[in-house]
Amino acid sequence: MSAPSREAQARQLRFRDPAEARALAARIAQLTEQIGRDPVAVMHVCGSHEQAIARFGLRAVFPKALDVIMGPGCPVCVTDVPEIDEALALAEAGVRVATYGDILRVRGSSRSLADAKAAGARVEVVYSVTQAVELARASEGPLVFFATGFETTAVATAAALLAGTPPNFSVLSAHKYIPPAMEIVAEMPDTRVEGFLAAGHAATITGARVFEAFAARHRLPVVVAGFEPLDVLAGLARLLELVRDGRAEVANMYPRCVTREGNRVAQEQLWRVFRPMGGCWRGIAHVPNGNLRLRDEWAHVDARRRFDIDLAPLRADAPSGLLRQCRCGDIRAGLARPSDCALFGRACTADAPVGACMVSSEGTCRIWAQYGGHPDLETEAQQ
Amino acid sequence: MTGLPDERIALKHGTGGRAMRSLVERVFVQGFDAAPGGGIGLKEMDDGAALRVGDRWLVLTTDSHVIHPIFFPGGDIGRLAVAGTVNDLAMMGATEVLALTSAVIVEEGFSSADLERIQRSMQAACREAGAPVVAGDTKVMGRREIDGIVISTTGVALTDRVVTDRGLRPGDVLLVTGTIGDHGLAILAARHGLALEGTLGSDVAPLNGLVRAALAAGGEAVVAMKDPTRGGVASALHEMAAKSGVGIVLDETAVPVSDAARAAAELVGIDPLHVANEGKALLGVRPEAAERVLAALRAHPLGADAALVGRAVAERPGSVILDTGVGRRLLAEPDGELMPRIC
Amino acid sequence: MCLGVPGRVIEIDGLLATVDFWGVRRQVRLDVVDEPVAAGDYVLNHVGFAIRRIHESEIETTLALYEQLLREADEDDLMAADVRGEVEASAKRRDKKGQ
Repeated sequence: MSAPSREAQARQLRFRDPAEARALAARIAQLTEQIGRDPVAVMHVCGSHEQAIARFGLRAVFPKALDVIMGPGCPVCVTDVPEIDEALALAEAGVRVATYGDILRVRGSSRSLADAKAAGARVEVVYSVTQAVELARASEGPLVFFATGFETTAVATAAALLAGTPPNFSVLSAHKYIPPAMEIVAEMPDTRVEGFLAAGHAATITGARVFEAFAARHRLPVVVAGFEPLDVLAGLARLLELVRDGRAEVANMYPRCVTREGNRVAQEQLWRVFRPMGGCWRGIAHVPNGNLRLRDEWAHVDARRRFDIDLAPLRADAPSGLLRQCRCGDIRAGLARPSDCALFGRACTADAPVGACMVSSEGTCRIWAQYGGHPDLETEAQQ
Repeated sequence: MTGLPDERIALKHGTGGRAMRSLVERVFVQGFDAAPGGGIGLKEMDDGAALRVGDRWLVLTTDSHVIHPIFFPGGDIGRLAVAGTVNDLAMMGATEVLALTSAVIVEEGFSSADLERIQRSMQAACREAGAPVVAGDTKVMGRREIDGIVISTTGVALTDRVVTDRGLRPGDVLLVTGTIGDHGLAILAARHGLALEGTLGSDVAPLNGLVRAALAAGGEAVVAMKDPTRGGVASALHEMAAKSGVGIVLDETAVPVSDAARAAAELVGIDPLHVANEGKALLGVRPEAAERVLAALRAHPLGADAALVGRAVAERPGSVILDTGVGRRLLAEPDGELMPRIC
Repeated sequence: MCLGVPGRVIEIDGLLATVDFWGVRRQVRLDVVDEPVAAGDYVLNHVGFAIRRIHESEIETTLALYEQLLREADEDDLMAADVRGEVEASAKRRDKKGQ
């Protein structure tokens, strides 16, 4: 391995330093005690934050009175049934569909794109929208890119469209916009959330300022944090300081990537192509401005306008009994933990998922299953 | 009858984790008679079997190898076939290999030159281990009736003392003989065309010489051994913990991982603790002998990066707790095909 | 979705950059990054697009920020100790009066 690569790795690993982590964890414990309530609940809205917390076992070093909840931060998990059905209808009508891998096994009304693929539909997994565009360029016949993901990912879709795409390429947008979902959670009657940790990469695009009105209106602090363990711990410490002092402010604890204004170039491209629209998030009902749809000027690449998508044949089958027991909706809204669901780890596993939260790599249930099932492990006494 | 919910074998039944152990138990262990004379047999599901012969033990093991690609950075299916079996014998404490057999099934159309290249690689590994191939079998199946080549090897050895994978007591420490994740990540990288700077190579190697050195230093204080092949360190430790009736605490920061493996793991989103190693061993050692066994390992060329990585505890028998340095969690076993998250 | 490992730009061809992540090479597009990017720079990648140029100095700034947070904690501690002292002292005075 070359010296610069080694250096880059070493620099990144400084953000996993055990001694610093211990000091920050002690600070978090101290602040929680100073706040004095039990529990103190804060919420993050990003699958990558949950992955960092679960992978590094951070909940084991949080004080018992601190509840760090994962909210609706998994874009695949909140992609709604009709949206899956739209992609399915296209695939089963013989149209080639390209999409990010995670969404493949999420069921619509009755089946998933993976089921369709197994039955012969031309469904391709891509790692980037650019790859989908190249697939379209290299082939005859229509290719639809089923675009999932939050605003950070929507930026890529927008950029690809602005760079020019071949005539056989179109986009079925299921992109979502996170700030409106935070509003929904903050407005839920039984919410106990006292502060939010905001996703560092979305904020790299939108800027920290996008949370200022939210913080003022709901009188809740918002801290933007990165994804290494020290980033998460420091972000939480800062958030707890604000909670303790009753300061409904926005703090940027990820200055190496996030500024107040954000990335204007990316914003400009995003809003040139997409507009926010109200819609349903799976399990969370209506989120005003929560969906990103193609603007009228982009109708010519909008799969919804290019194709006449008939969803009736897909609504035939009733949902399975297991699905009725699935608690994904509550888990996504931060009202329950995976371990609260009777199916978790038993009838619902990563290999045989029931709900979307177990399918997606950013779903709370999948993350918990991957990292030992109970990443809220209590600290053991040292031997 | 098999108890499998849908009565069909899936790929996950071959990956070395819970699903595979379950299948083996239900279909084979319960189906065959026990080992004669109170020896170690199928029921123990250890790295090999051990049968009393006079006042010594005859250790016996068999393995089939179906890896793809058959030629990979750091090795090939031939080297793997020899090292895998030699290492299973070594993990039972049997480091002086009497003999190996080699049964080969080849697909019609397979390259003769490749077959000879594989044999040469096997011979080199046999020389390293001091283990001769004395019997074999060769079959050819039609095109597409088998995928390329399958090699099955069986090994026999005699030993005075058998080391199982279930001898841990609370307080014992766990040693690993070197860097973790090299083989599995090299294969994943090769399969997915991951453009790595330099190449991540498999660690495939016969370990009987290294284990001989460890046993010479530690003797009866080496109480458990297992090589972390399919399913990785995570699966191996789970088995050792469950069979010994202890919990294990693993210090993630102490587990040696090469920079290149760390990079590949981070980029494909796969844990080095979940992937196969073909030239490494886990040793459970009484704490008072840890230092001298570690020194003996480090003095050997294959054990230069050996480290103390964990300890057995009384709490949560069968569980493996991972201390990440910044927190703690349970270490999950991989169950099913490892799906890399390529981005 | 690559989790925040910054990549080092090796070479640029128009809007396409070859970026190295700890020794693993990937193609990354530069359409949406809001600063000029040159070989040797570090970028944050998301689904094949660079979304930010990371200034190396900002890594030190971030770590300093975390240190600051911990220093404030120590000051907090001292203040808390003062307050505790006050509370104990006044409790003692109350007890004495009560006797």
